[in-house]
Amino acid sequence: MDKTTNHKAWFLVLPVLALVAFSAVIPLMTVVNYSVQDTFGNNQFFWAGLEWFREMLESERMWNALGRQLVFSATILAIEVPLGIFVALNMPKRGIWASVCLVLMSLPLLIPWNVVGTIWQIFGRVDIGLLGYTLDKLGIDYNYTQDAVDAWITVIVMDVWHWTSLVALLAYAGLQSIPDAYYQAAKIDQASRWKVFRYIELPKMAGVLMIAVLLRFMDSFMIYTEPFVVTGGGPGNATTFLSIDLVKMALGQFDLGPAAAFSIMYFLVILLISWVFYTVMTNLDKKGG
Amino acid sequence: MARITLDKLAHSYLPAPKSDDDWALKEMNHVWEDGAAYALLGPSGCGKSTLLNIISGLLAPSQGRILFDDADVTHAPTTERNIAQVFQFPVVYDTMTVRDNLAFPLRNRGRDPAYIAERVQAIARMIGMEDQLDRKARGLTADAKQKISLGRGMVRRDVNAILFDEPLTVIDPHMKWELRTQLKSLHRDFGHTMIYVTHDQTEALTFADKVVVMYDGRVVQIGTPEELFETPAHTFVGYFIGSPGMNVLPAQVDGTRAYIEGAEVPLAHGYGALSGKVEIGVRPEFARLTAGDGLPVKIRRIEDVGRHKIVRAEFFSHEINIIAREEDHIGADRTRVIFDPARVNVYADDWLVQGEAA
Repeated sequence: MDKTTNHKAWFLVLPVLALVAFSAVIPLMTVVNYSVQDTFGNNQFFWAGLEWFREMLESERMWNALGRQLVFSATILAIEVPLGIFVALNMPKRGIWASVCLVLMSLPLLIPWNVVGTIWQIFGRVDIGLLGYTLDKLGIDYNYTQDAVDAWITVIVMDVWHWTSLVALLAYAGLQSIPDAYYQAAKIDQASRWKVFRYIELPKMAGVLMIAVLLRFMDSFMIYTEPFVVTGGGPGNATTFLSIDLVKMALGQFDLGPAAAFSIMYFLVILLISWVFYTVMTNLDKKGG
Repeated sequence: MARITLDKLAHSYLPAPKSDDDWALKEMNHVWEDGAAYALLGPSGCGKSTLLNIISGLLAPSQGRILFDDADVTHAPTTERNIAQVFQFPVVYDTMTVRDNLAFPLRNRGRDPAYIAERVQAIARMIGMEDQLDRKARGLTADAKQKISLGRGMVRRDVNAILFDEPLTVIDPHMKWELRTQLKSLHRDFGHTMIYVTHDQTEALTFADKVVVMYDGRVVQIGTPEELFETPAHTFVGYFIGSPGMNVLPAQVDGTRAYIEGAEVPLAHGYGALSGKVEIGVRPEFARLTAGDGLPVKIRRIEDVGRHKIVRAEFFSHEINIIAREEDHIGADRTRVIFDPARVNVYADDWLVQGEAA
């Protein structure tokens, strides 16, 4: 079959190209632009090559922020995934209470990030916050603005409160797709509760759990608003995660060059980790088959 | 192995059943003899699966008792009943190997590893999967998965009964036949009580010693395939078994004569006065087209199915099916139907009426 050549078709893609250019490509290229140049003001730029990248890679500050970031992401994944599965397993399967649970579970997901931060910021305050005040009265020494451990605990508990629902809802969807016959067969085979979980529920949830882990990892790795509202990255640098550090550098110190280099590496790290994770998980899946 | 007794058993999925229609399973008394192979035959929604799940303990009956031999197990959990059940759609443990799948019920009961290995090998040979024992169950075809389910159902030798819930639905026709034959030989070898639920009459008739026909939550007839064919106890059995089903025609019966729309049909037996809805039933196999006497019919269609021809005829507004031999010539003059008097059954309110010798 002969294909007709019609270059007019290109015009039809133009709007999309323009949209993507303005929303993604041009901003990204601006960042790339900054990352390889230096300026002494007056809007005059000089070629700096990979200097900023080198500086960032040697910067202790960035490595520390990356370390904190990884610990944070690993901790919340280690808590949210098992907890989410546990919650999903204990949710009613059908009836009015199933709907009630679903609505209640979705509530935290609908609250804007900075509101979540504000809620916990107030909740944890020793003078007026319910949690902080209660702990203080109970004689527990708790103050997230001064104690690094307390700040960490607050930020982690807040993230768990905010996002465990997401894991639970995804796991619940996975569980709902298991036909009754599986549970009946397990009863007939005299499988223990643990074996039912290990050999029926977990394999059937694997797909959605992978998505849950991926979403939670990417999201937590980029977390900014909530810890910024609660602790502002403090006390000291204790809860300064990557994006908080990035904003400090770019907007606080106005070090555009290093911040741009930082951004690009940050982006690549997320891309890399997500890709590795996805590939490993899908390969495991295939090997099983 | 055990004899299973259903004592005044009934079940409703509603908490407070009122009318007859609310009962998924109407009150029944029945004894499943130890070591027999039964087929539970009926259309979708007639309560077969409900009955099966009550026997296996996945469902507690609304009323009545179930006895295994003499022990009341009505409220005993599934695990205590020591029963195997195979479901309609394959249930396999995806992440396990075929071997582990087959061994699972035995391992959960803490059996000796040597015994388990021997049983798994024997079952694998039976379902023809010896060379696939070490591969993961995930990614196998639906047939293969269902064979594993069947295998898992049969791996325990000491079960009280093996229940099959339409197990061959997803299996392709050739394999169906083979597996059914294997099930039958397994039954002969080990003598397990087997209950096989199906809506496929061929499956039921070839598998079972006794076929239990269910309709609308009730057992309407229990009999050998021959009995079901020759003397259906209920018009539903006549209609459901046979292809095409029995012709059922409204009639008046007077002694040894029946009248359909005024036309006379001779009967082999005499009948007293009948009340309610009276019908006669005759299988298409025992109806014949003639040029002489009989009911004048209009022939609508002739279907040649190879072995024989099915003649679809109409008498007033009643459909009559006739099976004619392949070599029979059906000419334009063959417009009348006669029935073999010995094969005409009489029904009052859908139930068979026994005639007296004429």
